[in-house]
Amino acid sequence: MSEQLSSEAVAHIARLARLEITAEESATYAGQLSAILEHVEAVRRLDTAGVPPTSHALELRNVLRADEPRPCLERDEVLSGAPRAEDGRFLVPRILGEEP
Amino acid sequence: MSGSGTPAGAPARAGEAGVEGYEIVVGLEVHCELATATKLFCGCTNAFGAVSNTHVCPVCLGLPGSLPVLNRRAVELAIRIGRALHCEVRPSTFHRKNYFYPDMPKDYQISQYDEPINVDGYLELPGGLRVGIERAHIEEDTGKTTHVGGGGRIHDADYSLVDYNRAGVPLVEIVSRPDVRGAEQARAYVSELRAVLVASGASDGRMEEGSLRVDANVSVRPLGSDVLGTRCEVKNLNSLRSLGRAIEHEAARQVALVESGGRVVQETRHWNEAEGRTSSMRSKEEANDYRYFSEPDLVPLVPDADLVERATAGMPLMPAARRKRVAALVGDALGGEAGASDQVATVVDLGLDDLVVAAVGLGADPSLALRRAANEAAQRPEEARRLDATAFADLLGLEVTGKLSSTQAKTVLAELLEHGGEPEEIARRLGYEALSSDELAGVVDDVIAAHPAEWERFLGGESKVAQLLTGQVMKATKGRANGRTVAEALDARRG
Ligand SMILES: [Zn+2]
Repeated sequence: MSEQLSSEAVAHIARLARLEITAEESATYAGQLSAILEHVEAVRRLDTAGVPPTSHALELRNVLRADEPRPCLERDEVLSGAPRAEDGRFLVPRILGEEP
Repeated sequence: MSGSGTPAGAPARAGEAGVEGYEIVVGLEVHCELATATKLFCGCTNAFGAVSNTHVCPVCLGLPGSLPVLNRRAVELAIRIGRALHCEVRPSTFHRKNYFYPDMPKDYQISQYDEPINVDGYLELPGGLRVGIERAHIEEDTGKTTHVGGGGRIHDADYSLVDYNRAGVPLVEIVSRPDVRGAEQARAYVSELRAVLVASGASDGRMEEGSLRVDANVSVRPLGSDVLGTRCEVKNLNSLRSLGRAIEHEAARQVALVESGGRVVQETRHWNEAEGRTSSMRSKEEANDYRYFSEPDLVPLVPDADLVERATAGMPLMPAARRKRVAALVGDALGGEAGASDQVATVVDLGLDDLVVAAVGLGADPSLALRRAANEAAQRPEEARRLDATAFADLLGLEVTGKLSSTQAKTVLAELLEHGGEPEEIARRLGYEALSSDELAGVVDDVIAAHPAEWERFLGGESKVAQLLTGQVMKATKGRANGRTVAEALDARRG
């Protein structure tokens, strides 16, 4: 049986995903996410003895490509998606700036 | 690499200041960039040193709608690594490791998590120590960030610039068990692992270009304890030298902390080569919550017999096997001889073992072949690797039969390495005619006559004088005499 997800847990998940949500949203999502987990729980209750485990819906394995170079993007095109660029590279804000 | 033969469990001692009474326990994580033509999941060229952001495409930039497809060659090289490290090569899957750091434009790294392709192996070091390998899994490399302003340090940079050429380059991460004791063994481990990775064709082994990157998990514990201490992961080790220094400093820091009543906190620490110390890379605790989940765009990788066979076809002998091959050849003749295992390690290290094996196959004396290869030929490894085994065997034959003194043989070998040719012809050209026994007898008698006092001491049993007398004979014959023959001639005159 899955328990009701707490608002704190939702806030934690949101932080990990770098999502800014309000306390109100947190409560809403707690309900919605709990419903999803409840559904997963229902699936989990099925008797799967004798069913081989799979990690994918398709029974594919070893999908491989030859180690042959293909054309890359033009650099201007690559950097056109960057908010800022400098010296042919993506410019990003200081990293871990909040750390000592 | 010397002194690497310390057995597992032996305490690390000399040269590791400030850790008396403690044992340094090290586990190593080595990231190896695979020598493929393209990246792990796209056809972008895998190359070092290209103009920034010119080897990128929608897949390695993580643009919406793009799909990764696994590189067959990368899989083959990963399997080769697994086999070379005596791992079990097994069915595996890929996961997404989620984190927010601009070195990965997708905001996740595709890696193997709970089902890695290689598990439970070992690496045997030249001294015989086996270091356990926990796993060797496939993952993609990250981009390269450069911190600008604030002296280039990450914590006080004004901003960072990112080049994604390296993002998506195939890696195998090799995780050792905490079987390594101290800095010296850690260096020996990385050095041997590098040799294995190069021999298997998986890597170019260039540490200075980041082809091999090493992180060290370091902990200390009182001598005799079998409980592991709290470990710190030390990053930014770009050379064997940095690795050794960082482990010594980190261990000393931990011991000082424990001795003063403190506790080691498990954390990641950054090695600063210039300052010669490690510093904490503190981050929010939840930063390590990577929320791994199965990569939906990649199907399981199952190395069946066909794939493994294809991957390992033509795989050469690994250094440990090559050392065993040479050691077996030399066998008991060198069993007790000091330095023999160092000589074996040297010839394998320099790729001269094939020469030794071939020469012995042609009838050369194994012990002499090893010595001449490890000492003299090793001075010019490149030429020595091209040396004709027959010529080498012929030369050794001339020395064994006394036709050349060892001094002469070394000179002929040097000539052989530089210009090639026939040993016998070279010897003749250098005027190394074999000394006739009559000529030698005359010289020995002259030397004895000229050194009556020394001769008396020799007769009195003072063996050290023999060296002096032999030296005089050598001088008189300009090195043409064979040392062993001279000693015999002196002994024969004792009466
Ligand atoms: Zn790409």
